[in-house]
Amino acid sequence: MNIPYTVEERPDTGLYNAKLGVWLFLASEVMLFGGLFSAYIFLRFGAPAGAFHEWGQELNVPLATFNTMILITSSVTMVMSWASLKLNDFKKFKLYMGVTLLCALVFLFIKYLEYTAKFDHHIYPSTNTFYAIYFTLTGLHGLHIIGGMAVLFYLWLPGNKMWNSDPEQFTNRIEIVGLYWHFVDLVWIFLFPILYLL
Amino acid sequence: MSNSHDSSDIKNHIKVYLYVFGALAILTVLTVAASYLKLSDGEAILLALIIASVKGSLVAGYFMHLISERAMIVWILMLTSGFFFVLMLIPMLSYIDQARLG
Amino acid sequence: MSNDHNHHEESFFRKYIWSTDHKIIGIQYGFTALFFLLVGFSLMMVMRWQLAYPETRIPFVGSIFGDDGILLPEIYNSLGAMHGTIMIFLGIVPLAVGAFGNYLVPLQIGAPDMAFPKLNAASYWSYLVGGLVMMSSFFTEEGAARSGWTSYPPLADIEVGQTIWLIGMIFLITSSLLGSMNIITTIVQLRAPGLTWMRLPFFVWAQLVTSFLLVLAFPPLEAAAVLQLMDRVVGTSFFLPSGLVVSGELMEVSGGGSPLLWQHLFWFLAHPEVYVLILPAMGIVSEVIANNSRKPLWGYNSLVFATIFLGFMSFIVWAHHMFLTGMGTAMSAFFQTTTMIISIPSVIILSALFISLWGASIRFNTPMLFALAFLPMFGIGGLTGLPLGLAAADIYLHDTYYVIGHFHYVVAPGTIFGLFAGIYYWYPKITGRKMNESLGKLHFWPSLLFMNGIFMPMFIQGLAGVSRRLWDGGLEYAHASGVFHWNEFMSISAWLLGLAQIPFILNVFYSIFRGEKVDNNPWESTTLEWSAPSPPLPHVNFETLPTVYRDPYEYSLPGRNRDFTPQSEPKKNK
Repeated sequence: MNIPYTVEERPDTGLYNAKLGVWLFLASEVMLFGGLFSAYIFLRFGAPAGAFHEWGQELNVPLATFNTMILITSSVTMVMSWASLKLNDFKKFKLYMGVTLLCALVFLFIKYLEYTAKFDHHIYPSTNTFYAIYFTLTGLHGLHIIGGMAVLFYLWLPGNKMWNSDPEQFTNRIEIVGLYWHFVDLVWIFLFPILYLL
Repeated sequence: MSNSHDSSDIKNHIKVYLYVFGALAILTVLTVAASYLKLSDGEAILLALIIASVKGSLVAGYFMHLISERAMIVWILMLTSGFFFVLMLIPMLSYIDQARLG
Repeated sequence: MSNDHNHHEESFFRKYIWSTDHKIIGIQYGFTALFFLLVGFSLMMVMRWQLAYPETRIPFVGSIFGDDGILLPEIYNSLGAMHGTIMIFLGIVPLAVGAFGNYLVPLQIGAPDMAFPKLNAASYWSYLVGGLVMMSSFFTEEGAARSGWTSYPPLADIEVGQTIWLIGMIFLITSSLLGSMNIITTIVQLRAPGLTWMRLPFFVWAQLVTSFLLVLAFPPLEAAAVLQLMDRVVGTSFFLPSGLVVSGELMEVSGGGSPLLWQHLFWFLAHPEVYVLILPAMGIVSEVIANNSRKPLWGYNSLVFATIFLGFMSFIVWAHHMFLTGMGTAMSAFFQTTTMIISIPSVIILSALFISLWGASIRFNTPMLFALAFLPMFGIGGLTGLPLGLAAADIYLHDTYYVIGHFHYVVAPGTIFGLFAGIYYWYPKITGRKMNESLGKLHFWPSLLFMNGIFMPMFIQGLAGVSRRLWDGGLEYAHASGVFHWNEFMSISAWLLGLAQIPFILNVFYSIFRGEKVDNNPWESTTLEWSAPSPPLPHVNFETLPTVYRDPYEYSLPGRNRDFTPQSEPKKNK
């Protein structure tokens, strides 16, 4: 017996199971990062006036701006890879997915450069509350990137056999992981100004 | 599984994705530029958050297809954002309260 | 998910251990959670020795809690912290949501399984790992966490044992999140044809609201756990203020943090968590009462809407746990108002269940006895909570035994009685045999008596001002001297309560083999799970997936030839 609505949509909700599932997961992620954002505001209020802004001056804005662009690009290539499957163009899917993964790697590499630059200047999470929340937020975000990359890589190479056996479900899977990937991008869109610019 | 889309539909989508990409790039530059303006703290925060919200809405609306998503998903997200704002109230409430006490 | 066609060929391991069948996972959850409940209860029985007979040797256990056989204060703290943690996160939530939710939700909505069977298994194994991590902390050099189940910093940031607790919590939270997403998706997507929202059994509604609370309230605690882990492992100061003095010495911390932040994030979860503990029990009790009063539930719609409203409100009452933190009057006023408001839906639910009994010819079997006992016990727990919701009264009562009495009435004779009712009620569905009634009554009556014996005197002690968490139970304080003797009474009650669980344990195992064999619907119930075979078929549950034609509780309707009409029975054409 198969579980109903794994691939096809349930008529009254208009959804297949995994789509509802992933949105619920993203809802919980909103609350997870919400807790951390809340901590950020709490600590910012609690710090001496202007201190958060001043401490943040050490961060490398051009590098982070570049990283923002990289992540946005990866989001576009992600959605393009899904659209390629919709157009039955498997080659383009592989290309776009590859670019997405490459962008993610570049993002992590730049993050690594930023972290090591901080450590070289003897800036650690324990330096002050700004760097505490900076490292926690970007670290957790980085873990989300790594987790997402693992899934993307699986679907890019070993998992893509499903395209031949069940193309519809494979396309759904790409849509689901895409939703997650865009969400990670969306979190960064908020992290970038609050950590680097304000 | 929106197999109801035919391929011309998807091609239109792709055009939209590229426009959104352009808009996101421009807004990123804008938000960095704005941080160099001589704004007061409050104004800077407001401006940065507005730009970030616009960018976020673009990603959620178009890349994540929320703009045409089913009612069930929209309801769940509205519920979530409600509680998200309650969470954001925590620090506000406690500091406003302490400020009142002096 | 589609490779389950050959389920008759599954190996033992695949079928019973590494299973993706919601029923097996539900049973795994059930037994693990019952085991942890027993462990958590045992810790408390040890603590109660110290409270009844301070600084005397504990019998039977030798010197494992202290070199001369006397319970050491720091171990007392560990036992207290772990009792709370185990009971809530390893016992009741997994039993109420993991076991009952898993086993019954797909059956009650007429689905072949959960929406994501593999995720379901992952959620159980994550729970088990979290549980084992928690338990392993007892055997480390540092010992288990000592900072209460609430883990308030700065104490929790600097006291030993806390790191393992935090790691365990992250596993447990992950498990709950996976499980609750699964339950929501299952309820929304896999309802049988004809099972509209207002035809759902109330138990399913309770599980749905509970799961939403878990999905939205647990992540902030996960965030807080990550922050506390950062504080402990890499030396940040999220929760440590500058200039912190411990034992007369200035601590070297980077500072700038706030202990209040933890309390906000913690209670943002932990108040909804209270409803996570109570709602599934209310769901179970409603099913049992409707069935054994042979009447439709009174006010089904109000029950549903009250439950949804309760869910909403539970997110904006958290700071009533924090009146003592010196927060200002504006905050206090806001949160005591919302707290008074949230008592309204609770009262609606309780009243509807009471009114359902009116004029019924009640069958007093064991599940019904537990369900009936739930009502006044939860009532006492709820009503004693009102003074705690008002800042002025709370400031006096908050750190006393009164609070312990209050929330134990809600959770122990409240929720746990609800869960017992559920076990007795659905046991025939799981095994095809009923549990023994005589042993059941031998379990019920002493449990009811001794539960009250433990918790009622706590109100007396609390009103006298005896602080909770004291290693010697208040022996050193003059104001406690008048009520100190109650400790012995409460402790003896607790040990007798432990003895009273023996008939239950015997009954569970005895009845698997020797219980009275029954047909698929021994209680003559209306909901869908009873139209499945007992036990339901592996991976598919029903011989043919049911269609629903009517409301959930059509009992004793006039003009019918039986006093119940199953939901899956088609309406006759007139």
